[in-house]
Amino acid sequence: MMSNTKFILGVYEDEDILLSAITNIRTAGVKIHEVYSPFPVHGIDDVLGYKRSKLSIVAFLFGVLGTSLALTMQIGMMGVDWPMIIGGKDFIPYPSFVPVIFELTVLLAAYGMCFTFFIVSDLKPWAKPRIFDLRITDDKHVMAIDLDQNKIDVAKIDKILKDNGASEVNQKTFDEA
Amino acid sequence: MSSESVIREPLITGGKTVHDVTEDISRRVEEKPTKLWMLAMTISLGLFAVGAYTVFLLLWHGVGMWGLNKTVGWAWDITNFVWWVGIGHAGTLISAILLLFRQRWRMSINRAAEAMTIFAVICALQFPILHTGRPWLAIYWMFPLPNTFGSLWVNFNSPLLWDVFAISTYFLVSLIFWYIGLIPDFATIRDRARNKISKSIYGALSFGWDGAAKTWSRYETVALVLAGLATPLVLSVHTIVSMDFATSVIPGWHTTIFPPYFVAGAIFSGFAMVLTLMIVTRKVYKLEDYITIQHLEMMNIVIIITGSIVGVAYLTELFIAWYSGVEAEQYAFLNRATGPYWWAYAAMMTCNVVSPQLFWFKKIRTNIAATFVLSIVVNIGMWFERFVIIVTSLHRDFLPSSWAMFYPTFVDVGVYVFTFGLFFTCFFLFAKFFPVINMAEVKSIIKTTGEKAK
Repeated sequence: MMSNTKFILGVYEDEDILLSAITNIRTAGVKIHEVYSPFPVHGIDDVLGYKRSKLSIVAFLFGVLGTSLALTMQIGMMGVDWPMIIGGKDFIPYPSFVPVIFELTVLLAAYGMCFTFFIVSDLKPWAKPRIFDLRITDDKHVMAIDLDQNKIDVAKIDKILKDNGASEVNQKTFDEA
Repeated sequence: MSSESVIREPLITGGKTVHDVTEDISRRVEEKPTKLWMLAMTISLGLFAVGAYTVFLLLWHGVGMWGLNKTVGWAWDITNFVWWVGIGHAGTLISAILLLFRQRWRMSINRAAEAMTIFAVICALQFPILHTGRPWLAIYWMFPLPNTFGSLWVNFNSPLLWDVFAISTYFLVSLIFWYIGLIPDFATIRDRARNKISKSIYGALSFGWDGAAKTWSRYETVALVLAGLATPLVLSVHTIVSMDFATSVIPGWHTTIFPPYFVAGAIFSGFAMVLTLMIVTRKVYKLEDYITIQHLEMMNIVIIITGSIVGVAYLTELFIAWYSGVEAEQYAFLNRATGPYWWAYAAMMTCNVVSPQLFWFKKIRTNIAATFVLSIVVNIGMWFERFVIIVTSLHRDFLPSSWAMFYPTFVDVGVYVFTFGLFFTCFFLFAKFFPVINMAEVKSIIKTTGEKAK
């Protein structure tokens, strides 16, 4: 990460004003670093141009893994390692395997997806997040614009943000190694 | 020509702003514990301690400390287990199924309901674990682990084993579902924290959440997929619990109606417990603007529906017993209704089938005191339902010379008390240190369904 990263922050009160501001600011040619919100804003990924998350595919793949593990385990234990006659059933009684297959599929899909989510979003108990504004987790939406990524001068960005409904415009610098 | 739809009743009243939501909910975490909370905690820790003593007696002397006999080999232990698991169905149902149906009223109650689910499942787990007699060895009996007893594996034909997988999966998935929802709210508390200790604790709990749009987008995908996974999971758990009985050959248990009947009963009792807890929490924490009468009414409607399904199931069982022409089956039901345990059957019928019908009257289902009383009545009824199914099907078995009655000992009662102590201790800790309402979700609907919204 770069040291001395400088951001201009546009503070927004309302999610609808925020959404139209994002569209206008992006068309004005300003690159938005990221928008921070206290709650999920409907439609924000479209205006920011984010693609749909692939986490559902991750969940599916982990689910397939769960199904295969459950099948392998049950066939291996009941049919190969120690076959026993139980109630006159086959050594490999598939109908009896259904509940455990289902549960392990769900378990692996859920945990696989959630841990992938933690990893890709860098969520971990010892994380040191950049806090742009303490009110982000309260009631303010904050649009962060990285000055290194934009050639436009500060005063101009400031004006664009204010023209598009920002209630405050602040600056914040992070000293990071 | 344009037409405007009727404006719905606001879900959040009192003209709350987004900032008010933060204040109202976080304040409870930040304030010093009140006297009332200390008192409640003392009582539940007292129950826990008394119960823990009987658990010690049970483990020291063995399962013989329970009132079981050679005819009634399952009684309060599995009754309490099924009862707690049933209660544990509401939380994930509210957060998963109601999310898929886009029912926004879930947002005010899902956090507490999920917490209740997790604690109820923990309580339920005590019974099968204690029933093994030597819980420290039980891990080999319950899970397919390599062991030194010959390559002896667990039996995958057994519904009791399916139960191990179902309950553990349900517990783990509910836990992570609940926790992911808590992360943004922990971040709110972290950012408001004034002292170092709470800042670092809630900082760790919040996993470094920063509220980025990208993370929110992933978060929503995760929540939706988890809801999709948890929906069949909720239904599977009590289905598999019912198979503990339905796959046996005991008259009164060996019925195909059990899975849907158990699932409906579980939702029924779960919602009743959510109501009992939420009515108190709402009053103590002054959350009347978040958990409105409308929320209580919605839950009462779920109670009428599931209560009626349970009622239909009871009648179907009686009909099929008669219609099957199997004498043992017919006797099992005749004995339930008119035998020595008729009072338990009558309690079950009154509490579960008759009393919820009162909710057809709008006056009753929008009355808080009536809802509170009926929610407790429902859970008493659901306890009796499991007792009736389990004990009355067993106590008069195939050989009249071995007919017996079941009398609980003080250890039976004590272990049940132990789980109550455990449940309420966990719940009070949750209510004090965790945000009881999902702030982020409620904030997202303030604009569209708050009082100022048009």
